[in-house]
Amino acid sequence: MSPTPLDELFEAAAAGNRRAMGKLLTMVEQPGGAASEVSERAHRQAGHARVIGITGAPGAGKSTITGRLAAASGAERPAVLAIDPSSPLTGGAVLGDRVRMDNHIGSSSFIRSMATRGHAGGLAVAVPDAVRVLDAVGCDPVLVETAGVGQVEVSIAAAADTTMVVVTPGWGDAVQANKAGLLEVADVFAVNKADRPDARGARRDLELMLDLGPEGDWRPPVVLTIATENEGIEALWVEIERHTAHLRESGALGRRRGLRLRNEVVDRIELGLRGRVLQIIDSEAGSKALGRVERREVSPGSAAEALLASSNPQHPEES
Amino acid sequence: MSGISSCPAPAHPHEAPIRVVLAKLGLDGHDRGLKVVARTLRDAGIEVIYLGLRQTTDSIVAACEQEDADVIGLSMHNAGHLTLAPRMVKAARDAALDVPVVIGGIVPAEDVATLISAGVAAVLGPGASAAQVVSTVKAAALQAAGR
Amino acid sequence: MAETMSGIPLDPFYSDGLRPGDYPYTRGLHPTGYRGKLWTMRMFAGFGTAADTNARFHALLRAGGTGLSTAFDMPTLMGRDSDYEWSEGEVGRAGVAVDTLADMEDLFAGIELDKVTTSMTINGPAAILMAMYVVVAEKNGVSRADLGGTIQNDILKEYQAQKEYIFPPRPSVRLITDLIRFTTAEMPRWHPVSISGYHIREAGATAAQELAFTLANGFAYVEAAVDAGLHVDDFAPRLSFFFNAHSDFFEEVGKFRAARRIWATWLKERYGAENPKSLMCRFHTQTAGASLTAQQPENNIARVAIQALSAVLGGTQSLHTDSYDEALALPTEKAARIALRTQQILAHETGAASVADPLGGAHFVEWITDEMVRQAEEIFARIDQLGNGSMLEGVYAGIEDGSFAGEIADAAYRYEREVNAGRRIIVGVNEFTEGDGGESSLLSIGHDTEELQLKRLEQVRSRRDDKAVRASLAALVQAAEQPDINLMAPIIDAVRAYATEGEIVAALESVFGTYVENAVV
Repeated sequence: MSPTPLDELFEAAAAGNRRAMGKLLTMVEQPGGAASEVSERAHRQAGHARVIGITGAPGAGKSTITGRLAAASGAERPAVLAIDPSSPLTGGAVLGDRVRMDNHIGSSSFIRSMATRGHAGGLAVAVPDAVRVLDAVGCDPVLVETAGVGQVEVSIAAAADTTMVVVTPGWGDAVQANKAGLLEVADVFAVNKADRPDARGARRDLELMLDLGPEGDWRPPVVLTIATENEGIEALWVEIERHTAHLRESGALGRRRGLRLRNEVVDRIELGLRGRVLQIIDSEAGSKALGRVERREVSPGSAAEALLASSNPQHPEES
Repeated sequence: MSGISSCPAPAHPHEAPIRVVLAKLGLDGHDRGLKVVARTLRDAGIEVIYLGLRQTTDSIVAACEQEDADVIGLSMHNAGHLTLAPRMVKAARDAALDVPVVIGGIVPAEDVATLISAGVAAVLGPGASAAQVVSTVKAAALQAAGR
Repeated sequence: MAETMSGIPLDPFYSDGLRPGDYPYTRGLHPTGYRGKLWTMRMFAGFGTAADTNARFHALLRAGGTGLSTAFDMPTLMGRDSDYEWSEGEVGRAGVAVDTLADMEDLFAGIELDKVTTSMTINGPAAILMAMYVVVAEKNGVSRADLGGTIQNDILKEYQAQKEYIFPPRPSVRLITDLIRFTTAEMPRWHPVSISGYHIREAGATAAQELAFTLANGFAYVEAAVDAGLHVDDFAPRLSFFFNAHSDFFEEVGKFRAARRIWATWLKERYGAENPKSLMCRFHTQTAGASLTAQQPENNIARVAIQALSAVLGGTQSLHTDSYDEALALPTEKAARIALRTQQILAHETGAASVADPLGGAHFVEWITDEMVRQAEEIFARIDQLGNGSMLEGVYAGIEDGSFAGEIADAAYRYEREVNAGRRIIVGVNEFTEGDGGESSLLSIGHDTEELQLKRLEQVRSRRDDKAVRASLAALVQAAEQPDINLMAPIIDAVRAYATEGEIVAALESVFGTYVENAVV
């Protein structure tokens, strides 16, 4: 049997061909088409790469840290997924992270900018698929960088073997980080721009918060960095490796990855169900029910119950 | 005039957005136009990978490969376009990269033909409107996709 | 004694309170306005090889000019030699190419440097070009003390707007304070920094942002020079400014008046200056290149005239008027002549020079002046807070977090959207578009300039004493590693040995590093 174009793409990508990697990522980013075939194939080959999530407040220097970390890892083929929001109004995006890491990252690295493309649910499946492809073609580690604003972005960075949260000196950031739920997901903290006054104060604040947090067998270390000067990056990488080793030794790595896959399946079911929900509401029965709700003949609650009861999940209406 | 504030409709959810790499090649630092174009394209539903200043043909080719870009957009303001634009086209060809190169900035009308014959896909001269920028980039992407 | 065209006699100024020449100089620096001294009509020139520009200089001087203004090409501005990989296509195009002292010798050959004043528009490598100028003078037997002129040497706005930086901000500011210390001690007639808002405006800033960012940069240099051990009154009288004159006439007049008031009050109250000359905001103005349209380019003559009038009524000390064809290419000689004639018409036909601050006292003009001051003060407060009470640190912080560049980009995009949506009318662009007659003849510079310059550079490299070059560069590196040493002396030594600009920059980069901006779109 002669190799299919997809065989060839995977083979080239595994050999380090960046254009092939770029094409495969475009395929999984795009629902429909070859996405599921690429994902299927990638999944069988993946599972080797260390996945590191990096998040934090905008302007904290995440991209610079990410680029520096990829270089500090000493890995042969590190890869970065840099995720930035799409404009909710137009679907367009300006992806500016690449240029912030380009100058520090080694020439063997691979960087891909991804836009959230306006559909939060879709992002939750597009990113794991992109990670899966990079993993399958031999990239390791895979660093996933997202803005630490919004639950979805944070949860994407949290869906990693090791999650790093970047903060900057000043109480404000630590408080914001706490509010955004960043502190709970962190395995490692970087206090970046540590040449600013009060960097030590920021570290102390974080340590105090950690003292009040839940006790476990891993206490997130806090590392001071000046990413622009490449200071503290080696120490940061050492902590990430220490965390990986801890996960392996404690058996938590398998549990984490299992949980991550479970969540991904849940996300995909949710996404599928959401499609069905839209089919129901867009159906004739749906618009009739909506009309009755608007005329105040039935409440939204009873209308939803009736629609659910009358819809047959095995045979969704054609839309 | 079709205003950019009124024109863009959200991309169809199952249609992949066009991806454009935007950069300035070489020494010239005038980036006002490049930034305006980046936002204009974003507001037309296009994904812009913004490389910004002081890029080389190598860094642009590498970005295009990894980002699977549909179009390269370069802004030129320093009369170097007759040297730099053909250099970009050649670098893309040498890398067997089939991505159209669109040039914007201060390019006199009399140089446009020279640039087109050197392999540049389109030239947006001074005073190009937002609508022209968007339609030119979309046309270049479509043309490349059809090849 | 001035009078109107119809013979009505005119006082030097009219006032019922604050007079021109009174602190805080809102109404002008001198009670006699332009009657005492007309503004300087300083036109920017530079193209091709040094010999080409030298010929243009001689022509200007024969025509009665006394001030030379030099534009350098992009590789020179960026500290790169003509044979650098990315210089190709840029050599001698938008200005003159200078690689070594030999080019500077050609550029000023036959010119009496103690008789003319020279303005050099260069920033990142300003110290190197200054050193070259000093050595050329020395070789012609002219003492440093007799050299008069201005070097732009304003690096902060490069990070904010024009983006022609080389080293990171802090070592760059060190080079600037080294140059200020050097000229303060040895070149009393020289203006060591021209703090420039022009490029901030061209990058898309509003009038208030141009005003505030520029003056904030001025305060930052004052703080840096004081930190370097100078007293404010030692150098502040030699600081000057460079503003943009855009199309909103009254807003621009208000901006110029506000600049004088703010500078005077801050220098006196915050920095303790006592010499009245330290308090005086002297500025050069150039009409807004970004306002010129490629469509119906002749309309630009009218735009330039009105912008220039705002600068004159705003009390500028010198003025450059743009040529109408600059949206398309470098100016032709005819277009440059019309631009100069525009200034001469303003000076001699309109009566605009007869009375100092003729718009002062008009309700609207006073209001918009106050409003410019208010908006600028708001921005100063933010920068001051960002720097914990230091404007210098605040400016560094705003550069690092991209907030200057981001705010400028926001303003540029807002303007562009207004034009595209037709909410802002630009004649000949989005309204009144019929009758665009296409382009007139344009100036183009041939490829042979580049070849000539490359040959010249090769020649200099082959004839010089390489050992002396290496030794001078090694000494420069050593000096750069010690923050307290003034780098002007080792740079002058390297220049004298015919080290190239690129080699000197590379030596400094080995200590200072190369700046890569945190791009904000």
